[in-house]
Amino acid sequence: MPNTITVYIDGQAYQAEEGQSILQVAMSNQLDIPHLCYHEDLPIEANCRLCLVESEGKITTSCTLKASEGMKVSTKNEELVEMRQENLRLLLASHVKNCPKCQKKQPCPAFGLMQKYGVTSEEYQRKMLDLAVHKMGSAAEFDPNLCVKCGRCVNICAEIGINFLKIEGKGADAHLTYNQNPKVDCIYCGQCTVHCPVNAIREQSHLEQVEAALLDKDKILIAQMAPSVRTSIGEEFGQEVGLNMEKKMFTALRQLGFEKIFDVNTGADITTMIEAKDLSNRLKKRDAGEATALPMFTSCCPGWVKFLEFYYPDFIDHLTTARSPQIHSGAAYKTWWADKAGVDPSKIVVVSIMPCTSKKYEAEMEKFNFEHKGHKLKPVDFVLTTREMATLLKKNQIDLPSLEESEADTEGEYSGAAAIYGASGGVMESALRTATHILTGEEMPNLELEEVRGMKGIKRATIKIGDKEIKVAVVATARNARNVLEEIKRNKEAYDYVEFMACPGGCIGGGGQPLTSTNAIIKKRIAGLYSIDAKKNRRRAHENKVVREFFSYLTDKPLLAEKILYTSYSAKNKFE
Amino acid sequence: MYQDELLAKIEEAGLVGRGGAAFPVHLKWQRIKSLKNPKKYVVCNASEGEIGVEKDLYILKNYPEEVIRGLLLAMDFLGTKEAYINFNKDYYQATKNKIDPLLDLCRKKGYLVSIFQEEPSYIGGETGALLNAIEGKKTQPRPESPSPSLKGIFGYPVLLHNVETLYDIARVSMGTFKATRFSTILGVRNEGVYQFGIKQKVADILRETNNYPEFPFFVQVGGGASGEILTSDQAEQAVVGGCGSIEIYKTSTSSKQFLDKIFNFYAKESCGKCTPCRDGSWQLQQMLAEIEEGSEITWQKIAPIIKVMEKSSYCGLGKSIALPVKSYAKNILGIEI
Repeated sequence: MPNTITVYIDGQAYQAEEGQSILQVAMSNQLDIPHLCYHEDLPIEANCRLCLVESEGKITTSCTLKASEGMKVSTKNEELVEMRQENLRLLLASHVKNCPKCQKKQPCPAFGLMQKYGVTSEEYQRKMLDLAVHKMGSAAEFDPNLCVKCGRCVNICAEIGINFLKIEGKGADAHLTYNQNPKVDCIYCGQCTVHCPVNAIREQSHLEQVEAALLDKDKILIAQMAPSVRTSIGEEFGQEVGLNMEKKMFTALRQLGFEKIFDVNTGADITTMIEAKDLSNRLKKRDAGEATALPMFTSCCPGWVKFLEFYYPDFIDHLTTARSPQIHSGAAYKTWWADKAGVDPSKIVVVSIMPCTSKKYEAEMEKFNFEHKGHKLKPVDFVLTTREMATLLKKNQIDLPSLEESEADTEGEYSGAAAIYGASGGVMESALRTATHILTGEEMPNLELEEVRGMKGIKRATIKIGDKEIKVAVVATARNARNVLEEIKRNKEAYDYVEFMACPGGCIGGGGQPLTSTNAIIKKRIAGLYSIDAKKNRRRAHENKVVREFFSYLTDKPLLAEKILYTSYSAKNKFE
Repeated sequence: MYQDELLAKIEEAGLVGRGGAAFPVHLKWQRIKSLKNPKKYVVCNASEGEIGVEKDLYILKNYPEEVIRGLLLAMDFLGTKEAYINFNKDYYQATKNKIDPLLDLCRKKGYLVSIFQEEPSYIGGETGALLNAIEGKKTQPRPESPSPSLKGIFGYPVLLHNVETLYDIARVSMGTFKATRFSTILGVRNEGVYQFGIKQKVADILRETNNYPEFPFFVQVGGGASGEILTSDQAEQAVVGGCGSIEIYKTSTSSKQFLDKIFNFYAKESCGKCTPCRDGSWQLQQMLAEIEEGSEITWQKIAPIIKVMEKSSYCGLGKSIALPVKSYAKNILGIEI
């Protein structure tokens, strides 16, 4: 245990741990010291120079000032405030006129700081560099002319294990750019967007398209929310971290004008069914001495899939051929539900609300498109991040916390296994629950596989299914994925089944989540997900009645089933 | 010579670092010697980046044996066989015919002295930045802690000395040390690098070198960018501090001309890491560009940026803009900013 010491901030005594910075002490005591480059999970850059404090007559940054016993620190004298303001004026010069969010009067993190410190961003003109907005696939984008060179995106990109982003150039020519190395590419995870404090890196917005669709009387709008969104969107409205906002979200989506409220969780149950079957088949084949690609890898994270297709294309046979939840359910609505409800599938607009930016890229992939009733259809039309959804609600003056609760429409039913898809390890747990059923005809006795839960980047376990022992690993971030893939190269029998996610903690720590994301907060969101599962009566995908109904609809349509349930993979080039 | 004896002589001679910070050499030596790390490095900084400062080049051209001798003495003292020279690329080209044979000799004696060729820049001479560059990282300053003496390059302690300091060390060991320093003198009849006693007054140096101007002048001492501005009267009492340079300006030099030089230097040399230096120096450059020759200098706009650079820049580069600008305003124009 670190020593507890006492420091004095503005004359008030605070307990601190030795080794903590003054900024950390201040933040854990809800004292307001402005800062842009500091992020508790990332290396200290100390370059924004906003968190200035005074100690022993010296002005210094509180992010680098280590607390020591009896230290006296002043955070608010006039000179400090003046200098913070000046640095903020310099840093955010011309911000408002260049920021698409500020232009639309949407909440932008930098705007809050400007208001608080009486800065308009018009005090100085920014040096505009002749650099275009760079698009990362159809997922995210960055504008070098909004960037404040805090380095958070560069550091998180390195932490994830990609090193796509970098800052180049000297002085006022320093600018955000990307790695020119043809062997390095973005995987669209969007962690940079959730770590950017000034909206310079952001999701490629689908808000305007969704707003237009909501006004189009000819369209039938279906909303589906990913597992992770329900325990994180509350943060955008000042709610306790990890609180399940699901039923209020259903009400909110109706208020926005969505006609049908379904759920990506239903899609997750479909995915589990296909994936568990795929795993069972591969295991049976191996037992029969037939050739098959094992270990099998999950494929529901498009960031991970892009990573494998770009960096390790030799492994693509290991990916399960199951499509991902939003793609599964999206196609289910436009086939099975459309037929059942007697509506023209081409009039359906499916909007996913995801904790993710790579889901935008996934939704645009041609390979998922299919034909039904003579129409060419895509499973998902638009994807909004958790942040975009919060923006849309605020714009429509919908105060989420104060809403009445309501239920999803019948076809939005889901099992507890779907709820935990959002957490790293959840996909694996769900699939094993159903694989046990397929392989043994019995139900898994213990539904809580503690070894595959939690925030650790690589989790390993051996799970018993009947008399079989299944060796599994659960991996989060590309950095860890690389390690496990190299391990598999050395030892082909190291694992039977591996779950991979691009983001720390899985989707719940995704690149589309609220900017409040930190590892500590992600943990609380995860706890929220597991408690949804624990409270469900049906906790296995194969117990989901809606999913059963969908599969029985497909029994006499093998061609359609093939088209909307399965996928294939191919090696990818840079920027593909 | 025994190492304790050399250390005592260095202390007795009052040797201080000639990179600009003037830290006592014997203290630095003792501190790093006492560390238990299995590996240590000596690094020679041969990358002065100030405007008009060329004394390191002069020493390398004229006294290369002394510099390398000083380097070996420092390595012996630490008990290490590995050293780097952080070499301004152009300096290396200009002196390699002398330096390379000396380093070959070192190699034969078992000393491994590697040359790191640095793109000439001001930040490239900043301690953390140059160590980062040697490690193959971005040439940007480091946090104050841990100090380079604890973790310098590749996690090991570094004893960092300027070219001139190594020259002084060699002189001490040879018993020929005199308390002198080298300075470039600019803006005069006989421009060049001169050696003189450390207590000699600036005006006297100018007289002795036959460089005292016949026109009304003010002078910048201790670096052509970051040095302090003094009147000719103040030069009678001042000695050279900071890095070795004395630069003469005609009193007829306009504020715009003078500030242009300073602001352009900082805007060009800022590494881009921190807000006040990166954006502040550019704003200053822009402000001045908008002022026409002969028009009023908008001090009320310049002052807050100078202040925020001085008080909140990440490293010494940004902070150092305050001295020339403030001393110019005060000593030459009679205004406090």
